Amino acid sequence: MSWISARRLNRLGMLNMNRRNVDYIGRYNERSSYPLVDNKLRTKLAVREYGVKTPKLLQVVRQQHEISHFREMASELDGFAIKPAKGSGGKGITVISGRDGDEFIKGSGARESSEVLERHLSNILAGLYSLAGTPDVAIVESLVQCIPSLARYSFEGVPDIRIVVFQGYPVMAMLRLATKASDGKANLHQGAIGVGLNIGTGNSLNAVQFNRPAILHPDTGLALENIRIEDWETMLEMASRCYEATGLGYMGVDLVVDAKEGPLLLELNARPGLAIQMANGCGLLPRLKHIESLKRLHFSPAERAQYAMTTFDQS
Amino acid sequence: MTAKSRVPFYAFVLLLIAAGIAIAVWRHLELGVPWMTGEQRPVWMIEARVDFEGLGEAAKVSLHIPQDPPGFGILTEQAASPGYGFSILDNSGSRRAEWTKRNVSGPQTLYFKAQFVPDQTRPASIPEQAPQASNEFWEEPEATAVQELIDQARERSSSPESFTRELIRLLQPDSQTQNAALLVSENNRIPMLGRILNHAGIPARTADGLRLEDARRRQHLIPFLQIYDGSQWLTFDPRTGEQGVPGNLLLWRQGSESLLDVVGGDNSEVSFSMLRQTLPALQLATMEANKNGLGVLGFYQLPIEEQSMFRMLMLLPLGALIVAFMRIIVGIRTSGTFMPVLIAIAFVQTTLLPGLIAFLSVVAIGLLLRGYLSSLNLLLVSRISALIILVIFITAGLSIVGYQMGFNTGMTITFFPMVILAWTIERMSILWEEEGAREVMIQGSGSLIVAILAFLAMDAPLSRHLTFNFPELHLVVLGLILLMGQYTGYKLSELRRFSPMKAYE
Repeated sequence: MSWISARRLNRLGMLNMNRRNVDYIGRYNERSSYPLVDNKLRTKLAVREYGVKTPKLLQVVRQQHEISHFREMASELDGFAIKPAKGSGGKGITVISGRDGDEFIKGSGARESSEVLERHLSNILAGLYSLAGTPDVAIVESLVQCIPSLARYSFEGVPDIRIVVFQGYPVMAMLRLATKASDGKANLHQGAIGVGLNIGTGNSLNAVQFNRPAILHPDTGLALENIRIEDWETMLEMASRCYEATGLGYMGVDLVVDAKEGPLLLELNARPGLAIQMANGCGLLPRLKHIESLKRLHFSPAERAQYAMTTFDQS
Repeated sequence: MTAKSRVPFYAFVLLLIAAGIAIAVWRHLELGVPWMTGEQRPVWMIEARVDFEGLGEAAKVSLHIPQDPPGFGILTEQAASPGYGFSILDNSGSRRAEWTKRNVSGPQTLYFKAQFVPDQTRPASIPEQAPQASNEFWEEPEATAVQELIDQARERSSSPESFTRELIRLLQPDSQTQNAALLVSENNRIPMLGRILNHAGIPARTADGLRLEDARRRQHLIPFLQIYDGSQWLTFDPRTGEQGVPGNLLLWRQGSESLLDVVGGDNSEVSFSMLRQTLPALQLATMEANKNGLGVLGFYQLPIEEQSMFRMLMLLPLGALIVAFMRIIVGIRTSGTFMPVLIAIAFVQTTLLPGLIAFLSVVAIGLLLRGYLSSLNLLLVSRISALIILVIFITAGLSIVGYQMGFNTGMTITFFPMVILAWTIERMSILWEEEGAREVMIQGSGSLIVAILAFLAMDAPLSRHLTFNFPELHLVVLGLILLMGQYTGYKLSELRRFSPMKAYE
C-alpha cells in the first residue's frame, strides 16, 4: 500500500474530486447546459454551428419499430459505431469495423449476429446506458478511420485525445490508447493508457496505465515517449470553440483524428475525470487558478489556444 | 460565488447545529428526557386516606391537596371513592379535592392518590402578591413577654432568617425562659411562633409536611413553619430550627387553609401511606410532556403505530450521514448512492448476520437468473419487472426453506426492499458485463461495508434512543451533511489513488 500525504498533493496542485465538483463543475457549469453535453445528438448539432466537425451521422433510432430500418441501412455499410445518445463513460458503444456475410465484426474482432445488435439497440432505447435510466435514442455514426501515425499505438480501439477546457482555455491534454485490458475502449479506469500531452507542443510527456507509470504499450509494445500529435494548434482551437458552443466553463473535450476528415469531436464531458493529471505528471490547480486570475479573458478561440500554448508549455 | 458569500452559509450551518443542540439540552433539562437509555427515576406514590362517619345526610368532603410542593413535581393524581362525585377545585392559591354524595351514613373511606417526582431544580413558587405580616393582638402579660422575646431574638440576629432561627431556639422546650414558658404550652408552640413572627413584622404561616419513607402507612402530617423573606417562602423545622426543605420532605399543605373539611360527617381523619416506585426516566418525561403540552414537540402524542414508524424513519438521517461521510471524506464507491442505507434499514429488522446471508444469497441467485434473462433479449422495463418477480420468488423460497430447516430468521428476508434488490441485481449484472467482476466486487463490497457501518450506527441503542427522543438532533446531522457538502479537500481514497504522483514532485 502506498500513500501520499494531502500536503504533498497540495504542493503538486492536484485537483481532487470534491474540489472539482464544488469549485469548478458547480461554479462554472450551468445545470441547463448539461443536457447539451449529456446527449451526443444535441452536442453534434450544437457544435456544428461553431465549425466543429463530428463523425458523420448515419442514422438515429428513436423508436422500437425503427430498429428494423437499421438492418436495411446497415446492409450497405462496412463500418459504423452505435452509441447511446445519453450514454456516459463510453458505456453502450459498439464499434463495428466490418462484416462477414450476415455477421458483423466488432472492433475487438468478435463476431455478432444482427439480432445481437438489434437487442443492443433496444437496450439503448430502454435507457439501459443512459444516466438515471431515462429512455434514450441510439445514434449510428460512420466509423472513424484514425490516422495511422496514432492508430498504431492503440490496441484495436481508436485513440482519442482528451482536452480539459476551462473557460475556453485548453488547460491540459492527454492521449488515450485502448489496450487489451480496456477491451478496445479508451477509458482509463478500464485499463486504457493515458499519455500526457504538452499543451504547448502536442508532444507526449509520460504515460500511465491503471494509475501506474507505463513506458511501453503493453499490447503493441511501442514506446510511448515520442508521440507527436499533428495539427496540434487546430485541435486546441477546436476544443476551445466548444466553450462558445456549450457555455460550459469546465469540461472535457474528446477528439479523434480521422485520416480523411482531420480532427473530429467525439463527445463532450461536463464532468471530466482527474486521471489526466496523473498522465501529465502535474496538477490542474495551478493552471485553473492562473486562468481564474486573468483580468480579461481572450475573445477568440484562436487567441485562447495560442495563450494556453505559450503559458502552459512544459518543454 | 466568492469567499464572502460563504459566511452566511457557515453562519446558517452553525445556527442549525447550535439550535439542534440547544433544543435537545432544553428538552433534557425541562422535560427530563434522559440522554441515555434505561435511566430510572424514583417516584413517590402517596395515598391520602380520609375516614369519617356519615350522618345519614348529604356529605361534602374537601381535602387540601398539594400545589407546587417545593422540590417535587406532580405526575399523576387520581381518586378512588365509589359512589362519590369527585372533582379537583383549583382556586387561586389552593387546590382541593372534593367528594360529594347525596346520602351518606356509616363509616366511609375515601382515597386520593398522587405520584410525585423529586425534582430539586424546580423553582419555589413565588406568591403573586407579597404577603403582609398580620396584626396580632396580645393581652398583658403576654404582650410584654412577646416584646421581650422579640427584643432578645433581634439582638442576636441580623436577618429575618436568623431571627426566626433564634426565636425557635428561644421557644425550645428545654431552653425556655420564663417569658417563653408563659406563652408556650404543649400544643400551641408552632401557631405561637407564627403569631410572634407576624408581630415582629415578618409574614409567617404554618405548613404541613410528610416525611417520605418507603412503604409507610398511617402517617400523619408534621407541622412546619414558613416565613416570607421578601421574595419567597422559607421553610423552618420548628423542632430543630433547621432551615430548608429536606429532600425527603413533601409539603402537603402550605398556608393557613384547613387540611380537611367534612360537611355531613363526623370523626373525620386523614392519614397517609406512601410507596417508593421507580419509573424509566423516559416514561416519566413522556408523561410530563403530555401533561404540560410540550409533548407537541416530540412524537409521544402520536399513536403507537405511527411512533414505531417514526422510530424507523428517524434513523434514516443517520444512515444518510454515514453514506455522505463514506463517499465524500473516505471515498468508498457504492452501487447506487443510497442503496446501502436501505439495505442497512433491512438489516435493522433482520439483525446483521442473517440479513447479510439473506442479502448475499438473494443477490447471488438473482445474478444467476439475470444471466438467463439477458439471453432472452428482453426490453429493459420488462426485464426489471421480471427480476422483481424473481426476487420475490427467491425470498419466498428462502423463507420457506429456512423455516422448514428451523431457521425462523428466514422469514425476515421479506424486510428487504424488493425493488431495490432487483435494481441492485440489474446494476451489478450490467457492471459485470461491462467492467468485469473486479468492479462488481469493489462496488459490491463498498456498498456492503457502508451498509454495515450504517447498520451499526443505526442499531446502537443510544442512537435509536437519541434520534427518536431528541428529533431536533437531526438539525445537527443536517448541519454536518451541509458542511460535508462544502468539503473540497482530498478523499482518503485519493491519497492512495494519487500516490504515484510522488514520482513527479
